[in-house]
Amino acid sequence: MPEIRLENLRKDYGAVTVIEDLNLSMEDGEFTVLVGPSGCGKSTTLRMIAGLEAVTEGRIMIGDRDVSRLEPKERDLAMVFQDYALYPHMNVAKNMSFALRLARYDKDEIHKRVSETAEILGLTDHLQRKPAELSGGQRQRVAMGRALVRDAGTFLFDEPLSNLDAKLRGQMRGELALMSQRINKNMIYVTHDQVEAMTLGDRIVVMKFGKIMQAGTPEELYRKPQNKFVAGFIGSPPMNFLPAELRDHGGTLHVEGQGFSVPLSAERSASLKSYTNQNVHLGVRPSGFVESDAPGAIEMPIVLSEYIGAQSVLISELGGQQVTIELNSLEPVRIGEIRHFTIEREELHLFDPQTEAAL
Amino acid sequence: MKTALANRMTPYLFLAPAGIVLVAALLYPIGYMIYASFLDWNPSQRIGEADWIGLRNYTNLLGDAAFRESFWVTIKFAAIVVTLEMVLGVGLALLLDRNLRGMSILRTLFILPMMIAPIVVGLMWRYMYHPTVGIFNRTLENIGLPTVPWLSDGGWAFTSIIIADVWQWTPFIFILSLAALQSLPQSAIEASRIDGASAWQTILYVKLPLMMPVLIVTALLRLIDAFKVLEVILVLTNGGPGLSTEILSLRIARTASEFRELGVAAAMSNFLLILLLVLTVAMYLYGKAAELRAARLRAAAEEAA
Repeated sequence: MPEIRLENLRKDYGAVTVIEDLNLSMEDGEFTVLVGPSGCGKSTTLRMIAGLEAVTEGRIMIGDRDVSRLEPKERDLAMVFQDYALYPHMNVAKNMSFALRLARYDKDEIHKRVSETAEILGLTDHLQRKPAELSGGQRQRVAMGRALVRDAGTFLFDEPLSNLDAKLRGQMRGELALMSQRINKNMIYVTHDQVEAMTLGDRIVVMKFGKIMQAGTPEELYRKPQNKFVAGFIGSPPMNFLPAELRDHGGTLHVEGQGFSVPLSAERSASLKSYTNQNVHLGVRPSGFVESDAPGAIEMPIVLSEYIGAQSVLISELGGQQVTIELNSLEPVRIGEIRHFTIEREELHLFDPQTEAAL
Repeated sequence: MKTALANRMTPYLFLAPAGIVLVAALLYPIGYMIYASFLDWNPSQRIGEADWIGLRNYTNLLGDAAFRESFWVTIKFAAIVVTLEMVLGVGLALLLDRNLRGMSILRTLFILPMMIAPIVVGLMWRYMYHPTVGIFNRTLENIGLPTVPWLSDGGWAFTSIIIADVWQWTPFIFILSLAALQSLPQSAIEASRIDGASAWQTILYVKLPLMMPVLIVTALLRLIDAFKVLEVILVLTNGGPGLSTEILSLRIARTASEFRELGVAAAMSNFLLILLLVLTVAMYLYGKAAELRAARLRAAAEEAA
């Protein structure tokens, strides 16, 4: 289970560059999630690691071995595909044992491994069935099983849960998390779903247009997004963005916009001194609003209210812009009410309007 | 009451013209042929004047060594050409299933033979097989090898018509196999690469099994066609030397035109028809079985879900 390093990786399709100068290293036994909107190059990156796409430039290192030009089978990895990619003419047992049979494993060994894996995945009763005779969830398990029996050093997942319905997806996500803890191998997982990324990943790599926007633990990405894209992508419901300006009020900087003026901490006021009287983007998560009657609280009319139970998701208006608020309260909020909120200090995310980098 | 009846009959009314055309164009000739096969009928007679001889045409044919020889030649020919064409066609498809520059032009070139009229194919090959001026014997002579009696020796003539047929019809298998290959699920093939299959193993264990339904139908179509082949052989050997290349359809044509025995020719056609019917029914049953199997699988999957 060696460390995997991508060094200055680049991928061109003809004149189009889809991955540019990608550098990333994944620790031994780490669960890495590549996440981003479609077309961000996450699947291409995974397929280059798998050896299914040729590398245009740069290197892929597994341990101290340069595998960039090797065939997939020489890279010691297993992969789960988005559409499962089961062999339709083979039954479940044959599907799972294909790699072992190709590698000429002993018959008893194959039988032992397949039945053990089938046991773990609850497929024991279906070993003689063909993929077409299985439900979507079962096919998904077979695809997992096929990767697991291999006992490869690295597991690759290409959006494995995206073909399942919401309920099954949640269930499989849980099982996957348990499994990854148990087998403790290198895992690289591609998804466009930030919830999957947050719940599964030891480390998340957010990508956009073939570049890494930020890589870090789920907590780092959530609490300290390095740019506006990551801030907006991670978290659900997504972060609100408001145009604002930094104003000096007697040594303390305030973030001011239409209808609000929020003071920054002394530390941040000092570090952001140079931005005084400049435009910034203020980002506030829906959970960053706290109901309060304190002076300076922002007055917000409720436009839409979705009562979920212990929580309500409210849509309000601030400076002509829609703002989402998450409110922990068993009481439903009526549309048309006016409520007062303050914003928690650590929930004030500021971004440069030009570079979109976090300030 | 009346409108209900009219409503019920309307679809049949609309179907009627097609039904009439079908009966006139399809069933009438076949019925005519079956009827004629029970007659001792000379082309100078009108069909009404011919004598009814019952099954005698059929029994005579079964006892006729020349007919049995012809039947055997046909089966041998069809079996050999279809086998060769399947192997070559599928092989070529596997070889050319990739994105190289100019591949589309190459593919078009490959299917050209299929587009040439069979008579022309026959003439072309006859010139190439010509004992003295043909390209094959001239080439053999130039490099100092003994020449070959392409069309004048029984064994060689049979080989020669096989070569010509394989040349013309391999492209048919090729394009159908190529289409089948290109519609295979790419991810299953990628999965086999990850699972450690070599190119050969991928072909053997994944690609060919997945292509099988298309290949079976293709082989049956080609087999039916091979049983009816006529023009190329007519032009190349006219069935000779002896009976070595006299396939059934050629014998039928000669029985009708040279021997002037329309009843016998009709009986022969019926034998051929029965043979083809067996193949067609086999194909139909295969399709039906595949359909039923798919339905059963779907039902099982839904039950599982």
